[in-house]
Amino acid sequence: MKGTNLGEFEELVLLTIAALISDAYSVAICDELEKHTGRAAKLGVVHAVLNRLEEKGLVKSKLGESTSERGGKRKRYYEVTHTGKVALIKAKDVRESLWRIIPGFNLEGSI
Amino acid sequence: MKAPIHRNNESPLPPRWAQRLLIWYCRADLLEDLQGDLNEYFERNLKTKGLKRARLIYVIDVLKFFRLYTVRKPEFLNLLVHWLMIGSYLKTSRRSLVRNKLFSAINIIGLAVSMSVGLLVIAFLTDLLSYDDFHEKKDRMYRILTKNEIIDQPEMNFASTSIKAGNRIRETIPGIEAMTLLRKEFQGDARIDEKTIIPIAATWADQSFFKVFTFPIIKGDPSTALRDPYSLVLTEKTAKKLFGEADALGKTVRFDTLNYTVTGVVKDIPKLSHIQFEALVSFASILGQKADADGDLLSWKSIYSNYVYLVLPENANQQAIQANLDKLSAAENAGIQNRKITLSLQPLGEIALGAHYVNEIGASVPIPVVWILAGLAFVVILSACFNYTNLSIARSMRRSREVGIRKIVGALKGHVLGQFVAESVIISLLALLFSLGIFLVLRTQFLALAPQLDNLVSLDLSPQIILYFLALAVVVGIAAGFVPALFFSRIQAIQVLKDASSLKMFRHISLRKALIVIQYTFSLIFITATLIGYSQYRGFISFDLGFTTENILNIRMQGNKSELLRKELAEIPEVSDISQSMMITSLGSLNGSSMKYKNPQDSAGVWLNMVDARHLPLHRHKFIAGTNFRTRPVNGTETEVIVNEQVLKRFNIANRNPTKALGEMVTMDGKKLTIVGVLKDFHYGTMENKIEPMVFRYYTGDNGGYLNVKIKSTNLPTTVASIDNAWRKIDKIHPLDAKFYDDQIEEAYKQFEVMVKVIGFITFLAICIASMGLFGMVVFTTETKLKEISIRKVLGASEGRLIFLLSKGFLLLLVIATLIALPTTYLFFDKVVLAKFAYHQPIGLAELVTSVLVVMVIAFLLIGSQTLKAARSNPATVLKSE
Repeated sequence: MKGTNLGEFEELVLLTIAALISDAYSVAICDELEKHTGRAAKLGVVHAVLNRLEEKGLVKSKLGESTSERGGKRKRYYEVTHTGKVALIKAKDVRESLWRIIPGFNLEGSI
Repeated sequence: MKAPIHRNNESPLPPRWAQRLLIWYCRADLLEDLQGDLNEYFERNLKTKGLKRARLIYVIDVLKFFRLYTVRKPEFLNLLVHWLMIGSYLKTSRRSLVRNKLFSAINIIGLAVSMSVGLLVIAFLTDLLSYDDFHEKKDRMYRILTKNEIIDQPEMNFASTSIKAGNRIRETIPGIEAMTLLRKEFQGDARIDEKTIIPIAATWADQSFFKVFTFPIIKGDPSTALRDPYSLVLTEKTAKKLFGEADALGKTVRFDTLNYTVTGVVKDIPKLSHIQFEALVSFASILGQKADADGDLLSWKSIYSNYVYLVLPENANQQAIQANLDKLSAAENAGIQNRKITLSLQPLGEIALGAHYVNEIGASVPIPVVWILAGLAFVVILSACFNYTNLSIARSMRRSREVGIRKIVGALKGHVLGQFVAESVIISLLALLFSLGIFLVLRTQFLALAPQLDNLVSLDLSPQIILYFLALAVVVGIAAGFVPALFFSRIQAIQVLKDASSLKMFRHISLRKALIVIQYTFSLIFITATLIGYSQYRGFISFDLGFTTENILNIRMQGNKSELLRKELAEIPEVSDISQSMMITSLGSLNGSSMKYKNPQDSAGVWLNMVDARHLPLHRHKFIAGTNFRTRPVNGTETEVIVNEQVLKRFNIANRNPTKALGEMVTMDGKKLTIVGVLKDFHYGTMENKIEPMVFRYYTGDNGGYLNVKIKSTNLPTTVASIDNAWRKIDKIHPLDAKFYDDQIEEAYKQFEVMVKVIGFITFLAICIASMGLFGMVVFTTETKLKEISIRKVLGASEGRLIFLLSKGFLLLLVIATLIALPTTYLFFDKVVLAKFAYHQPIGLAELVTSVLVVMVIAFLLIGSQTLKAARSNPATVLKSE
């Protein structure tokens, strides 16, 4: 087991779910990811990540109402769990604390 | 194909196969989600990228979704679990085997015995099917068959053909890769020097022999070895016999007065080859020495001793060749009268195991024989399987608890099914071990039944055959265990554990009864068949042929001067009479000729034997009119003929009046012959042949045929020894070939005897297996009814009454079996089997009654012993345990 460590893409997906609030299902997540990162998110990859996140207990899912879209198949909606929220905040904290210790001049001017 | 309701029918769909693929591999709980996603993407792509791209993307995505977590637990994992379970199956099987020793013994012995017969049949068939496999071009090799139709005679099919047919095929039919001509019966004594004289069975073969057949040549050149006249190719074994370790190539061998040069040595002929020879003689030699003496040799009608084999090119058109053969036959038939000869192709693979033709060159087993053997084996195995099924279901009460617990612990239907099938397969594999042992014993017995069988097959164990054996055991195991397994798998766990007796095992009683009836029906059919067969066989060999065969020793002259031997034999006091004949009648071989009476257009086939003046009196043939030959032909001028009643009938000679027929003239072989005697009809063929016109003519040959020696002796071995001495004086090379006529008749029906023995043996097995099964059932039934019996006994039922109560059910089954079996067997034999024989015994009541008696007695003993035991049990001990 990888433990609860979040991979970079996992983190992005998890954040997307959180951002989409009640409309987080695979296709929407893909679109959102593409919009924000500019890179093409493949459905299969996203799916695999969602599955992994669920296994880790960071998200939970439930099937939505039946609609006439998608060939009558229901959507699976994802929601960040408490553990997921904790993991996200932890990741954010790690980053922020790292940002904080970077000396001001170190990144300035180099971009 | 129905489109989903919500969709517009016209909107295109993603590829069906991809959808199905997804459904096939995807875990059920993820399927809907994935399908939905894919559909959504598809719709989207359809609008932006077009149908083609959309479909392509759909397919790619389906493939991409194939990941470890999406895939359902594959089937092989289940199999693996099953395999792991086999350890547990083994354990439970062993336990149940040990716990029920009687039933296990019945099952294992029954399966082992019956399977050994199956093994025998498998080995036999495997050998027959691999005949001639060593020929490289086997699949493209054919033999020419000859159909011979003569007016007034039944049509006959020969494996042989004429030399002319061979020559015409070679000359006129295109599209044949290779063709060779063989001729049988080159028999002679090979002389190397004055001391080394060895009889050799050789075959004539022309120079293309090695282009057709794959008999590896060790020395010499296969393309030229048989080209020149007087060339000789030996097998390794023959070469060794003649020349020892010395190189045979180029050496000279003398047959009679002619010298042959050894031009090649081939490897010994494999046993599984339908052509067997010790040497090949170049066909070119025949034309020089035989053509003049025998003008018939090259005629279209001379179809009795030659064989033509062809190799067709790959993808050859067989029909085209056949059409050409028909054309050729038609052209040649135009030149002969009253006769039609037709050629056809026979694939090489159908020779050893196929229809039997007249004049086979070597081994050939008719397919019906194999069917009969396989059928018998099948029935016996089935019977053993029935026992297994029957006993397993009967014991279901005891094992149902085990099944109940398994189910409660979580076994599914399939698991229980697997467990019981595995158990029966294990038992049948165990039985295979025993049956392999029985097979090895049976094999030697089987091969010893007749020399022909020993020459025909070897029945050796090869890895391939072992594999077949294993397959048989597994199949038998599954067949035996499937019904009980199905039964157990349907058991409701809770119901069983609550109350085992609620199990509806008695629902299966009709099935079990049916199985017993089938078993006994077969047993009865077998035993009746054996008895009928045996009585027919006895009837054949002791049949009143119409002349005497008693104490007559037939000596084959093997080319010696008969006068010399006569002189020697005359000095033996026990020899009371000697006659000579060209052939021995009533043994199945026939010698035909044709005869004409007044009408030169009306010629008909008659059977012919050439005999001397002593022959008819010695064999006590009955004359209805006239006498034996009155004159001895001088300088080969025959004038007399003796005919049977059928000849008078066929030609309507003197209105069939025997006395008036005397003095009438008939023509045979261009000779005018006077009828001097009319014989009462007698059997000159086997019982399969009807009595047909037959004539005796005077035998003028001096160095062929047989001497028939009438012996009046109390000590046969001494007499035969002195005859042997006499023979040695005139022939030092060949051993005496003498057989008593009665023995020869028995030999002529040898195959019949073999069949009776084989069927008899299988009958014995079938009865044993059926009896064991019945025994098991009786034991079981009495055990389960023990309480009922005890209570009845306490209430005052007599022993006899109890025995009747217990056994009446079984007896009823036997009666039903009898009612089915006897009429079936009777009709089958009367209408099918015996109808083939022109002369046979009627089926006696004795055979039918005996079979029923035998089966009934055995069954009574089995049922009686067990029911008596139950009836005599002490009610106190039985009821106490409750």
